[in-house]
Amino acid sequence: VSHSQITRLYSRFTSLDKGENGTLSREDFQRIPELAINPLGDRIINAFFPEGEDQVNFRGFMRTLAHFRPIEDNEKNKDQNGPEPLNSRSNKLHFAFRLYDLDKDDKISRDELLQVLRMMVGVNISDEQLGSIADRTIQEADQDGDSAISFAEFVKVLEKVDVEQKMSIRFLH
Amino acid sequence: SQGIIERDETPMEKEIARLHREHFEFSDIFYFCRKGFEAIVEDEVTQRFSSEELVSWNLLTRTNVNFHYISLRLTIVWVIGVIVRYCFLLPLRFTLAAIGITSMIVGTTMVGQLPNSSVKNYLSEVVHLTCSRILVRALSGTIHYHNKENKPQKGGICVANHTSPIDAVILTNDGCYAMVGQVHGGLMGVIQRATVKACPHVWFERSEIKDRHLVTKRLREHVADKSKLPILIFPEGTCINNTSVMMFKKGSFEIGGTIYPVAIKYDPQFGDAFWNSSKYNIVSYLLRIMTSWAIVCNVWYMPPMVRKEGEDAVQFANRVRSAIARQGGLTELPWDGGLKRAKVKDTFKEEQQKNYSKMLVRNGSIG
Repeated sequence: VSHSQITRLYSRFTSLDKGENGTLSREDFQRIPELAINPLGDRIINAFFPEGEDQVNFRGFMRTLAHFRPIEDNEKNKDQNGPEPLNSRSNKLHFAFRLYDLDKDDKISRDELLQVLRMMVGVNISDEQLGSIADRTIQEADQDGDSAISFAEFVKVLEKVDVEQKMSIRFLH
Repeated sequence: SQGIIERDETPMEKEIARLHREHFEFSDIFYFCRKGFEAIVEDEVTQRFSSEELVSWNLLTRTNVNFHYISLRLTIVWVIGVIVRYCFLLPLRFTLAAIGITSMIVGTTMVGQLPNSSVKNYLSEVVHLTCSRILVRALSGTIHYHNKENKPQKGGICVANHTSPIDAVILTNDGCYAMVGQVHGGLMGVIQRATVKACPHVWFERSEIKDRHLVTKRLREHVADKSKLPILIFPEGTCINNTSVMMFKKGSFEIGGTIYPVAIKYDPQFGDAFWNSSKYNIVSYLLRIMTSWAIVCNVWYMPPMVRKEGEDAVQFANRVRSAIARQGGLTELPWDGGLKRAKVKDTFKEEQQKNYSKMLVRNGSIG
């Protein structure tokens, strides 16, 4: 990330920080209308806050946003011995996996899937229909027969999807 | 203004669409996820409630957001600028403003004593115009009026985009209007009580504002009287930062009569006219205005518009809004200016949920 990009993001961070105390709370995020109307808005906001905490500082803000850096950026700093960058394909998938897996047991259960589905469809689909959709989705992806989706199964299902493109945000300069 | 990120405008339908069966895929959340993050980094709405960023610095500290490197020479120029603005311009402007407001109050009170007649109306116009001009000088305002032939006529309604409380002064500098607004206390209240004696402005008590029918009725009566001055209304309902025009409240467009749209665009290089009411109160705002270089703006009078057959108030409001946005070079946003303070309605989220559901289940059956 370039210096000017960091400055702009910091500018953005401070403009969202209405309490002017150097951290963002959930309300600060919910004040963004486009985010408030996003069906998965609450889940996305949650991703910024570490376990049990209600405030996120700029470092945490950047860390979460880093998942959305385009993968091309890594070509410049190839470091074979370092830790895997946050925006690798694997970490992007992991991020998405965590949006589903609320209790963090490394499995997406039927209930967890239903919860996410319910958030996305609102009141427009009945419980029975939604249940069928969830069942069929799990059935197709579940390989070890435990009626839940592990991270490996998740990755397998999405192997043909262009994750890099769909989960990236490009800066204009 | 420039954006930070490349927004991917692919609609939901295209991105999540599938060729054959309708069903759910784990990757569906990617669309919502990315949209959410894009909104976190940069969104269309909240940026309208803060001042526009400048391309190059204009020597006012307040606009020095992104320009950090300041050489010694520039600093000296800046210091001279500060001295000029605060020690020379400010006292001058303040004096002028005081003269302007005092003359307004005294003048309109005196005119108000006269019995209703054409002489009274003429004198009232003279007083209002003169004081308005003094106040514009007090702000060092340089205003270019375009298309004066379209100036609002009596019995009409003038609508304009709203950036600051001084919008009204900018317009009254060139013509007489019947102001519409809420009764305030303090100095503003004194001005309101004085001016309404000379000229039939429409001031509402706070309790009356809540009653929409009462408001519409009173305005309708005013407009029906063709001898009365045109009403001045700002349908956005709140100050926006002059880069875009937000949703127009339909109330103004239900009154009937002819609408005279006016577009006001300030040049941000000389001074930021936008009033960020959550950040500054009116006194700090006026202080900032009076210590800017100048207020330079363009005012375009546009041809009158009337409601078409079969057009409802909302459509009419949008039509007028588009015209104003186009003329002033502003972008149009479907969002309500009320979002400055209030939460967004759930209906927008429900709409997205409905659209997504259609992709999962078509014709009530699962594919």
